[in-house]
Amino acid sequence: MIELKDITKSFDGRPVLKNVSATFKKGKCSFVIGASGGGKSVLMKCMVGLLEPDSGIIDFDNRDFLRLDYYQKKKLRQEIGMLFQGGALFDSLSVEDNVAFPLRMFTTMGKSEILDRVNFCLKRVKLDNANKLFPSNISGGMKKRVGIARAIALNPKYLFCDEPNSGLDPLTSRVIDELIMEITEEYDITTIVNSHDIKSVFDMGDHIVFIYKGESLWEGNKDNLRDSGNPQLAEFIKASEF
Amino acid sequence: MTYLESFGRYLLFLRSCFRPPDKWRMFWRSLLMEVYKMGNDSFGIVSIISTFIGAVAVIQFGSQLQGSLVPMTILGRIVRDANILEFSPTITALVMAGKIGSNIASEIGTMKVSEQIDALEIMGVNAASYVVLPKIIAALISVPALVTYSMFLANVGGAISCYFSEIVTVDMFIQGLRMDFDPFFITHALTKAFFSAFLIATISAHNGYQTEGGALEVGSASTKAVVQSCISIIFFDYILTQLMLYK
Repeated sequence: MIELKDITKSFDGRPVLKNVSATFKKGKCSFVIGASGGGKSVLMKCMVGLLEPDSGIIDFDNRDFLRLDYYQKKKLRQEIGMLFQGGALFDSLSVEDNVAFPLRMFTTMGKSEILDRVNFCLKRVKLDNANKLFPSNISGGMKKRVGIARAIALNPKYLFCDEPNSGLDPLTSRVIDELIMEITEEYDITTIVNSHDIKSVFDMGDHIVFIYKGESLWEGNKDNLRDSGNPQLAEFIKASEF
Repeated sequence: MTYLESFGRYLLFLRSCFRPPDKWRMFWRSLLMEVYKMGNDSFGIVSIISTFIGAVAVIQFGSQLQGSLVPMTILGRIVRDANILEFSPTITALVMAGKIGSNIASEIGTMKVSEQIDALEIMGVNAASYVVLPKIIAALISVPALVTYSMFLANVGGAISCYFSEIVTVDMFIQGLRMDFDPFFITHALTKAFFSAFLIATISAHNGYQTEGGALEVGSASTKAVVQSCISIIFFDYILTQLMLYK
């Protein structure tokens, strides 16, 4: 479980996050939604430690991330998997080496064990025969799937997905959504997805946080999303569906 | 204030680069690759430039000495000392700043804008140490090696120039090369080479690491890296020469 308490972040005196609090439960697929520039990406970057909030608490199963020392943070980060908007695959490495990277870096597994794990992860994302391809030779959807395979290689406890559907056609988006959903349930992961894609939110949103101009205005689930009673959220859903 | 701030960022960046690697095996592998890339790829250009520097030095110094009462054997000594003390370490470093400096900045800049650096950080890898440290160590190995090679080749270039221009005979030139050799000049040249290598690798990596935006910013970071590296090399060239030759 990840708990955020009063997260505040500003850039050059301009507040981007204002006392954002939320709880993301284990085994659930949680969504952070909101318009572009609303603070979703900054919030995610704060959660994974790429940005440091000005104040607040980010609690990973009773471990306050902001108060951990360098080595404790490193250890916790090995429990985090992240799927980036553009995949963020290492250009110079093949698909196989990309997925093997965290295993080579953080485990004492032998070559054959690593290869078995890589093949398992690639099979899990339905990319059985892509081992030797390079990121420049694969499509956007495949890059995302490789990104997921790399993110789950170390059996993470927490999975962060930044706009997993951006730039993908509706069919591929659906495949990626299903994968994220299945992996979350299968491995009992705390999954947090940043998204604009309202269809994905209605399909998968076990828990939803709506961020508007840096403030967390609403929390709920896909069943009460339409009856939130929040005018900004209603406007967001209407605009997204239109 | 901006300069101080950016110098402070540079120092903090250096601190994060010099943390021990997460996995030594991966560090050695990427170090070997970097040494090969830097050394092998720059071998040709350093060879051509060094040979011609030596050749031109012979003609220029030779033209100054002609008609004077100074014995022409001194030409070899002058060219040797100029090559060892200044031409080889400084010009090789400037060439390397243009070649490997821009390469380092654009490679790291591209990794930064395509979120590959972020991906490393989130995995728990110290990205600065993983990506930059092998490049710094590789530069510290390959730049002095190339400078040493350049010193040798510049003198060979001088001998070739003597052969074709007939300013002095090759034998007289070699006699001059052997005259009053001070081994400390090699120490001086290699010290400059080490400083230059460190400056090129760290300044370029820092510029790449600070890149935000897209392709345009990567190009601009690469240009800035080369300009800053060149200025720093010249500046430290002056400081080190002052400190080491005028004790």
